[in-house]
Amino acid sequence: MSGLWFNASWRGKALCLLLLLVFALAPVIADRYLLSVLILVFYFSYLGHAWNLLMGFAGQLSLGHALYLGLGAYTAAALWTLFGIGPWLGVFVAIPVATAAGLFIGWLGWRFAIEGVYFALLTIAFAEFTRIGFDHLQITGAAGGLFLPVNGQAANEWWNLGGGPLLYYYLSLTLAAAGTLLVARLRQSPLGYRWLAVREDPQAAQAVGINVFRARMMAMLVSAGMTAVGGVFYGFYYRNLFPSQVFDIGHSIELILAPIIGGLGTVFGPIVGAIILTPLGEGLTGLMQSLGLNAPGAKAIFYGVTLMTIISLQPNGVWPWLARHLRLDRPPE
Amino acid sequence: MLDVEDISVFHGDAQALDRVSLTVEAGKIVAIVGANGAGKTSLIRTIAGMHRPAAGRILFEGVDIAGLPSHRVCDLGVGQVAEGRQIFPSLTVAENLDMGAMLPRARRNRTQNRQRVQAMFPKLEQRLGQAAGTLSGGEQQMLAIARCIMGEPKLIMFDEPSLGLAPTIVHDVLKTIRDLNAAGITCVLVEQNVAVSLRIAHQAYVLENGRVTLSGTGEALLADERVRQAYLGI
Repeated sequence: MSGLWFNASWRGKALCLLLLLVFALAPVIADRYLLSVLILVFYFSYLGHAWNLLMGFAGQLSLGHALYLGLGAYTAAALWTLFGIGPWLGVFVAIPVATAAGLFIGWLGWRFAIEGVYFALLTIAFAEFTRIGFDHLQITGAAGGLFLPVNGQAANEWWNLGGGPLLYYYLSLTLAAAGTLLVARLRQSPLGYRWLAVREDPQAAQAVGINVFRARMMAMLVSAGMTAVGGVFYGFYYRNLFPSQVFDIGHSIELILAPIIGGLGTVFGPIVGAIILTPLGEGLTGLMQSLGLNAPGAKAIFYGVTLMTIISLQPNGVWPWLARHLRLDRPPE
Repeated sequence: MLDVEDISVFHGDAQALDRVSLTVEAGKIVAIVGANGAGKTSLIRTIAGMHRPAAGRILFEGVDIAGLPSHRVCDLGVGQVAEGRQIFPSLTVAENLDMGAMLPRARRNRTQNRQRVQAMFPKLEQRLGQAAGTLSGGEQQMLAIARCIMGEPKLIMFDEPSLGLAPTIVHDVLKTIRDLNAAGITCVLVEQNVAVSLRIAHQAYVLENGRVTLSGTGEALLADERVRQAYLGI
């Protein structure tokens, strides 16, 4: 982190602090709707960070991150509804559950040399059959969904993640900020360097004595764990969980768009991507509603077109281009 | 220092190495020469722990390293400069160098080793902040060697270090290998460029179709009628 901070130009530092200040004070003027959009921006920044660790840093494509998200969400939600165990404790169960799943998939794929596209297929397969499993799991409501009641006591207890938009706003902002700090730190750590080496050239990484399998497993561990925390937030924010939504491949795809658009393998890419994409998507939905149009796939189509446009203009994502033009990074010495 | 004893290696059904034995004494340069497909790279990769031999032992300083994972072999002090200059192209030269010191034992001396390596390769020192992929072929080869030294190896295996380089650069690379050897690092040199590698090698082995067919000092093999006909075209 310190390295990253010192490498930023004064413009970069100023912009960083300004953004943080604006976001921290936004609730003073923002209405409920704007807050809900910003919550999504932070939520997708955070999940983008988690996924970007595995793909952007360690070079392993996962198209099934909805699995870890869903496992995290369901674990914490079930603990709360069934046993009354609150989310602040539940998250410490949710993380190991999701990371165990991630490590198993990683072990299966990397131990047996299932790489690239085939590894991505493996991640989709696990997310899909977990979805089907939860569709039939009676204890969590099966396909009918799991609901987290907001009535009664839970309505205003921050320690049970119940409350108004402000609670979720600051919680998601904290998640996004903490996620950014964590990723920035990891990027500068020996582990981060190992990930880059493994991403760039696994054979050369082996030749310099890096345990490639272990480096990938570590990336999976952190990525799945972070995603599970995002899942807990998802569960307590939306207050209802349906396997067909949470574990859906569409959900896996939605959370990888921000880092791809913002810039794979960069610390600020996922944030920039989410800031661009989410408000546009929500704005489109709002526009469609006010025009009285009902086209459920419109957002997906819009995301697809945006992705293609940006990737054809800036193949490395928006952030590297932005950083160069606004001179946010110090030029290499 | 390194004793390879009767190792056989298979890639699927195809046999790459057939009961290969060789000895590398400490402080020497040992060349392994042979045509394309003779099994040279398979041999290096097996020693480095990237292939598991079906039979035989590989003793490094008395320890059997056959079948150990590559990072363990590397930790014992066996470095390798792989074929085709496997640098990390989008990382900077400095980052590439630091990547060579990922093992805990080498991390401790990273700063000193960086200075030593940069003094050895002044051209790299001028390009520390530059992406490694933008270096010329010769500079990339130097970077690959420098990165290997950062890991403090006792033995370095060079796989085709002269491949695709201009003749003057080949000369520089070979000089570097000699200098490293003079500094006490044992070198194994795998080359298609037979004449050049025999000239700097103390000991040499000829590999043909996965077998050692000839061995001797570099000079003896240079003078050998069969080597001259088959590899030197004289």
